[in-house]
Amino acid sequence: MTTAPTASAPPPAPLTPEPAAKGKATRPGDKIFIGMSRGSGIFLLVVMAAIAAFLTYRAYIAISQNEANFLTAFEWNPQGDPPRFGIAILAYGTVVSSIIAMVIAVPISVGIALFVSHYAPRRLAGPLGYVIDLLAAVPSIVYGLWGALVLVPYLDGMNMWLDQYFGWTYLFDKSGSGPARNLFTVGILLAVMILPVITNVTREVFLQVPKMHEEAALALGATRWEVIRMSVLPFGRSGIISASMLGLGRALGETMAVATVLSPNFLFSGHLLDPGGGTFAQNIAAKFNEANEFGRDALIASGLVLFVMTLLVNGAARLIIARRKEYSGANA
Amino acid sequence: MKLQRRNVRGLRALTVGAAAVSTALLLTACGSDDNTQQGGEDATKAAGNIKCGGEGKLLASGSSAQKNAMDLWIKNYMAACPDVQINYNPIGSGGGITQFNQGTTAFAGSDSALKEDEVEASKKICKSGQGINLPMVGGPVAISYNLSGVDELVLDAPTIAKIFDSKIKKWDDAAIKKLNPDAELPSTDIQAFHRSDESGTTQNLGKYLAEAAPDDWKYEAEKSWPAKGGQSASGSSGVAAQVKQVEGAIGYFELSYATSNNLNSVKIDTGAAEPVEATSDNASKAIAAAKVVGEGDDLALELDYATKAESAYPIILVTYEIACDKGNKADSLEAMKSFLTYTASEDGQKILSEEGYAPIPAEIATKVREIIPTLS
Repeated sequence: MTTAPTASAPPPAPLTPEPAAKGKATRPGDKIFIGMSRGSGIFLLVVMAAIAAFLTYRAYIAISQNEANFLTAFEWNPQGDPPRFGIAILAYGTVVSSIIAMVIAVPISVGIALFVSHYAPRRLAGPLGYVIDLLAAVPSIVYGLWGALVLVPYLDGMNMWLDQYFGWTYLFDKSGSGPARNLFTVGILLAVMILPVITNVTREVFLQVPKMHEEAALALGATRWEVIRMSVLPFGRSGIISASMLGLGRALGETMAVATVLSPNFLFSGHLLDPGGGTFAQNIAAKFNEANEFGRDALIASGLVLFVMTLLVNGAARLIIARRKEYSGANA
Repeated sequence: MKLQRRNVRGLRALTVGAAAVSTALLLTACGSDDNTQQGGEDATKAAGNIKCGGEGKLLASGSSAQKNAMDLWIKNYMAACPDVQINYNPIGSGGGITQFNQGTTAFAGSDSALKEDEVEASKKICKSGQGINLPMVGGPVAISYNLSGVDELVLDAPTIAKIFDSKIKKWDDAAIKKLNPDAELPSTDIQAFHRSDESGTTQNLGKYLAEAAPDDWKYEAEKSWPAKGGQSASGSSGVAAQVKQVEGAIGYFELSYATSNNLNSVKIDTGAAEPVEATSDNASKAIAAAKVVGEGDDLALELDYATKAESAYPIILVTYEIACDKGNKADSLEAMKSFLTYTASEDGQKILSEEGYAPIPAEIATKVREIIPTLS
C-alpha cells in the first residue's frame, strides 16, 4: 500500500549514480541481480501477453457465432439457439457506477488525507491511518453484505427524496416503488470501498511534500489553507490522480459487492434509481457457474472488453501524470 | 528519518493485521468443529443398509439445487464407509457437466438432462460409452410471497405468468381477487423477484409456465431469466432473502428456502378440485406422471407440468446424476457404484423429504437401481 504511488507513477529516475560502473557489472552479485530483475520484467510482459492472447482466442470463438451485435445488443443469452449476446448494458453499468463512485470518493478521500496529514494532531493521525489501512483490507463480500442488508433499506428514504426534488433531472426520476438495488446504490457502495485506497495513497503523497516548500510559504505569510493550496495540492496532484486511478481500477473490477447489491437486468434505463443494469464483473460472476463452454467463451469476451477498458483508463492516467510532471516537481 | 517512520508503521500495521487474522482463524476453527460433531451423531443413526465398495477419492460436482441432499447422503455414506472420500462441489449444473466432460470428476449433478452436443462431448471421456442421465432427486419449486395480513394465497398458471411478466402490477388486481375472494388484498405494488444467475430452477419454472399458460408466457425455457421486467437477486438464498425483506414481494425457489425463511407459499390452482400446496408429497405425485424419454440406459425424464391430477404440485424440478454407461474411470468406479446404489436405494430416497426434496417415483427409482450395477 505504501509504495503504491511510486508503482503507478513510475517515471523511473535513472539509477546510475556512478556512470563508470555502467555496463561493467564486475561483481557476480550485480550480474545476478541484473539478470533477475530483467527476467522478472520480461516474465511479467510474457504473462500479460499470454492473458491477452488467451482472452482474444476464446472471445473470438464466441463472437464469431454471435447473432446479435456484440457491442450494442441489450441481451445476454449465449446459450440460446441462436446465441445472442451484447455488452452494451454491462459497459454502461460499469462506467456509470464507477463515475458515481469517483465523484463521491475522490473529494472525500482528498479531504481525509489532508486532515490526517496536515490538520489532525499527531496523536490522532497515526491511529486514523491504521484504521483506514484496515478498511482497505476488508473483503468485498463483507461490503456486499453490508450493502444489501444495511445500505439498501436505508437508502429507500433518500431515493424517494431524490425522486421528489431532483426527479426533473431525468437521472433521479424513479418509476414505481421497490428496494434501492440500483446503479446509484452500487456507486455509493463502490465509493465506500475505494475510499481507503485513494485516501492512503494520497496521504502518503501529501506527507512527502518537501518541508522547505511549506515553510517557505509560511514564511511569506500564508495561512495554513494557503500553504495547502499553493504547495501541498500542486505537489500532490499527480499523486492524487494516480491514487484515483487505483481506486477506479478497483471500482471497475469489483464483483462480489456489486453482485450482492444490484438487481441486474438487461434493460437500458437512464434513471439511476430504477433497479437494473449490470457490470462486466458482476455479470461474469452471476453467469459463470451455469454456463456451458460456449457461454463461458462469451463471458470471457466480455472480460476482454473490461481488460481493454482498464488498460485505456490506466493509459490515460499515465498521460495526464506525464504531462503534469514537470510542473509539480513530484519526481524531483 | 522518513524511512524509519515508515518501517515502524509497517510493523505496527502488521501486528494489528496478524492479531485480526489469528482471531478470525480461531473463530472459524470453532465453527467447523461444531459441524463435524453434529454430523457424527446423525450419521450413526442412518448407516444401516449401505454396502461399501472401492476406496479412495470420489469427486463430483454440479447442481447446487441438490446440494443439501448430497450433503446428507455423503455424511451418511462416509460414516458407514470410511475408506471412501466423497467430495461434491455445488458449482452449478453447467460447470458440473463441463468438469465431467473434461474428465476431472467421476459424475456430475445436473438440473437438466444432457443436450445432444454434451452427449457427443462425453464420448471422448467415456471412450467406449457415453454419458447417461440418472434421475436422483426431485423437489417442488415454491412460489413464496411477502404480504402482511395474507396468510393464504391461491394463484393459477396464467396469473403467475402475468405477475412475473410485469403484466399484473398491483396485489389487488382483479385476476388475483377472483382467485382469492376471501383474502384482504392491499393495493401495494407487486415486486416480482427472479434469479439473476443462470439456474435450473428458473428453467423449470419457465417450462411450467410455457406448458400450463402458453398464452401468457411466450418465452423459451432457458436457464437465464427471459422476461424483461421485475427485480432479481443472486441464488435461491438471495431471492428468498429479498422476498423476506421487501413488502409486496413474490419470488420462486426450492421449498427448503421457503421453510427455512418462514415464508408463505402460494397454492396452485391447477384445475384440480382443490388448490395444491407446495409439499414434498404433492411434488412426488406430479413427478410420478413423468415419462422416460431417454434411450437405452439413459433415463432422461419428461415431466408433465400441466398435470391436473388431485394434489399433484406442478412446479417441479428433477435433478440427475450424470455418469458414463461404459468407460468410467477404473479407480473410482466401485466407489461411485456403491454410493449411487445407496442414493437410489429406499433408505437414500426416504431421507429426502426431511430436506424439502421429493423422492423420485418408485417405478423410475427401480430402473435407476437396475442400471447402476451395470455401469462399467
